[in-house]
Amino acid sequence: MSGFPILSVMILLPIAAAVISLFLSDTGARWIALATTLILFALGIDLWVNYEIGGQQWQFVENAPVFGRFAWALGIDGIALMLIVLSVFLMPICILASWEAIEKRVPEYMAAFLLMEAFMIGVFASQDLFLFYIFFEAGLIPMYLIIGIWGGADRIKASYKFFLYTLLGSVLMLIAMMYMVVTAGTTDIPTLMEYGFDPHVQTWLWLAFFASFAVKMPMWPVHTWLPDAHVQAPTAGSVILAGVLLKMGGYGFIRFSLPMFPEASAQLVWIIFGLSMIAIVYTSLVALVQSDMKKLIAYSSVAHMGFVTIGLFTFNRQGIEGALIVMLAHGLVSGALFLCVGVIYDRLHTREISRYGGLSNNMPHYALFFMIFTMASVGLPGTANFVGEFLALVGAYNANSWVAAVATTGIILGAAYMLWLYRRVAFGESINADAAAMPDLGVREWAMLGPIAAATLWMGVYPESFLAPMRADVGTLLARIAPATPASDAQLTLGKPTPKAKANGEAH
Amino acid sequence: MFDTSSLALTAPELILSIGATALMLVAAFAGDKATRFISLAAIGLLAAAGLALAGVSGSGGSAFNGLYTADAFGAFAKVLIYVAAAVSILIAPRWFEREDRLRAEYPVLILFSAVGMGMMASATNLLSLYVGLELQSLAAYVLASFMRRDARSAEAGLKYFVLGALASGILLYGMSLLYGFSGTTDYAGIAKALGVGVSLGELFGVVFLLSGIAFKVSAVPFHMWTPDVYEGAPTPVTAFFASAPKVAAIAMLVRVSIVGMGTASHDWQQIIIFMALASIVLGAAGAIGQTNIKRFLAYSSINNIGFALVGLAAGTEAGVAAIMSYMAIYVVMTLGSFLCVLQMRDQDGVPVETISSLSGLSQTNKGLAAALAIFMFSLAGIPPLFGFWAKFLVFEAAVKAGLFPLAAIGIAASVIGAFYYLKIIKTMYFDEPGTPYARGDSIVEKALITASAAFIVLGYGLIPLLGNASAAAAKALF
Repeated sequence: MSGFPILSVMILLPIAAAVISLFLSDTGARWIALATTLILFALGIDLWVNYEIGGQQWQFVENAPVFGRFAWALGIDGIALMLIVLSVFLMPICILASWEAIEKRVPEYMAAFLLMEAFMIGVFASQDLFLFYIFFEAGLIPMYLIIGIWGGADRIKASYKFFLYTLLGSVLMLIAMMYMVVTAGTTDIPTLMEYGFDPHVQTWLWLAFFASFAVKMPMWPVHTWLPDAHVQAPTAGSVILAGVLLKMGGYGFIRFSLPMFPEASAQLVWIIFGLSMIAIVYTSLVALVQSDMKKLIAYSSVAHMGFVTIGLFTFNRQGIEGALIVMLAHGLVSGALFLCVGVIYDRLHTREISRYGGLSNNMPHYALFFMIFTMASVGLPGTANFVGEFLALVGAYNANSWVAAVATTGIILGAAYMLWLYRRVAFGESINADAAAMPDLGVREWAMLGPIAAATLWMGVYPESFLAPMRADVGTLLARIAPATPASDAQLTLGKPTPKAKANGEAH
Repeated sequence: MFDTSSLALTAPELILSIGATALMLVAAFAGDKATRFISLAAIGLLAAAGLALAGVSGSGGSAFNGLYTADAFGAFAKVLIYVAAAVSILIAPRWFEREDRLRAEYPVLILFSAVGMGMMASATNLLSLYVGLELQSLAAYVLASFMRRDARSAEAGLKYFVLGALASGILLYGMSLLYGFSGTTDYAGIAKALGVGVSLGELFGVVFLLSGIAFKVSAVPFHMWTPDVYEGAPTPVTAFFASAPKVAAIAMLVRVSIVGMGTASHDWQQIIIFMALASIVLGAAGAIGQTNIKRFLAYSSINNIGFALVGLAAGTEAGVAAIMSYMAIYVVMTLGSFLCVLQMRDQDGVPVETISSLSGLSQTNKGLAAALAIFMFSLAGIPPLFGFWAKFLVFEAAVKAGLFPLAAIGIAASVIGAFYYLKIIKTMYFDEPGTPYARGDSIVEKALITASAAFIVLGYGLIPLLGNASAAAAKALF
């Protein structure tokens, strides 16, 4: 808690590096991007180490009212901390993934990524409503350029869809934010989190925020931008999109929707549960029939995000903590899966599953990593996803046994499409000669996949490291939403509201 | 007889009028050789007029028995007008040198126009409003057709003149109705008369008055002339049209609505709301199919005026402050965009106006592409660029005034706008490079582009300054 403005530095440093990299050569831009992201990673670790668990709710607070109407107010709680750590952890890996894959307009590419990183950290660190919105929206610009310039064949449509979908969702949120600020008379997020809005108004505000976060998450049926964006984006773009940008939706729910509008959240929980259940089952089935690897993983992301939304709105500790762990785990695992696709895409320049096969013969190391992440995505115990999904489902079961039952089918379907994908890519005979001739992982690729695998297993075996900073904040949130919780239970007449409800028989 | 205190209050207009007349004589006797001198002198005059605003003429109050008011509101608008006028003079020589050199009347006409615009911003009487408006318009008609031998320019001038005359007629008709039914042309008097109750005749007067002004701000449904005139007029003149006269017309509209008709605000509020939404939607939809960058920017300015009107629809002090901040940011974005358009010329120096010629600009001219991209994202209202703040303020004012449907529809329609601004970015960044433009060699233009882009990117630091100035301007009206 020294006077060193670490969060400001973490936001401004990548912006400065982005500007500098524009004037450098290709190689220079690559190195400055890597160096900057590694420094930020170090700062992120420093943040994690110095974060006082059980200390004040908001730490590393900075507040400079330089903008008159709103402030440069930064500060993090445990939830924001973990998401920042996730962002800065994935970023150097993204730069490494683009090291050779990106050949044209490298300085601009690196600048776009560095800007992206600054805006992501800004989103999670903002303590001012409008500052949050500015960072939240600003991220669209670099991502739009990343997809549009360095993307695949159909990149232009994908970039438009990404930009306009997200923008349309967000502008209504801005109107809601203005109303909140006018009513509450402050732009300070911690204050607003404790402000009691009129329950009738809450519904409208909640819906406006929902429009934004549901698109960002993405929830069914507004998820359609995601497969396009993922498929067309360059590998590193997909990693950041899946790893961090989708988390902004979940972060939004937990930072705004739940604490600021608890009554509305309780009332409208059926929207969340309904859409999430559809998302889990429907997108899992869609993933099953994909022939494009990236598209398959993209749809699986939508399904996994369904667990997050269900968990967040269970109004109990297991559910919310589980949702948070799923967010972190999905950030690691789906990012890693996109990297795995990127590794073989760099070699063969196709994402068609049928063009591969039997890769475990000629690429054993690759097959090993791919298997770890496949298993993690399936939710095998010992991996990060298991912890999160298990907790989220326990929480869901406490809230509504039907939701839990439907959501659990997602795990089975998830196992089906992921294992089938793995079987088609890695096992069997090497039917395609060019695929069989691909070399195994290089040093750079080891450096990309190794750390993520380690982190995934760490989170799976000892999730306490990640849960501990967030525990107090989840507690605060629960205390805040507790008065509204019974209203949510009243709707959920299907299950018994005791924690040890029987599996079935209660439901009619 | 001689009202010296009133003369002191109108110092900026005096400086500009006397200076412009003198420069016109210089132009008449020295001819086009003196263009350079006249341009510099004109900029000097604009600067002097701007400095004069720091004194009583920026805050002194009523002059000439209420015909003219020197207050913070007028001063704010005038600073913008003078800056835009000065920039329009600075960017002209290089454009015109292709045909023959810039004729000496150009800066003089801009100066006369600036006098008229100053009057528009400060008028508190329908008559001084009309005189200011006509002075501005007449200069503008000539400017639009300034390239005599160019058919498009002549067409633009003629079209502007005919439609402008029609609008003036409508405006005059409205004024005469208002005068007939309220017995005065003074804003305060009209406000008093409307306060008692709005008669049918007065209502018609208000509608005609607003229609006439809507033509000048090019708000839907009186916007039809804008794309044609913008396309046909010489680009520096288009840059001028899109900036200074828009500020003046908006200032005039705000003043006459708030001061002159504030007591009947519920009568004109619906009209403004309709014009705002129609301009936002039509401006956005109309721009989508455009292939000419100047027409495109014309629709963009219609769209932007729609957003500015949202602030007026709120009708509050915060709304007026928002509208003034909006215009300040809008002027910078617009001038910046047109400065970029000025750089679009092929290897022979012939200006290019097609949007498709921008393709791959980011690879042939990185700086220009980045600057134009900044202006486009800013016009689309995407944070962290400053254009977002402009939109933010007007919508916040609307929300504060309880106009939730207006705010929600307006901001949702801004997504349509984002679609066509993205088209420019897409052309510059995603498409393969076409024939590159000639490298710009004007340091002045480069410096101006850099300055405006820097303002758009770093503008948030200026929010307290801009906020105080616009709040003071708004306060002067209430």
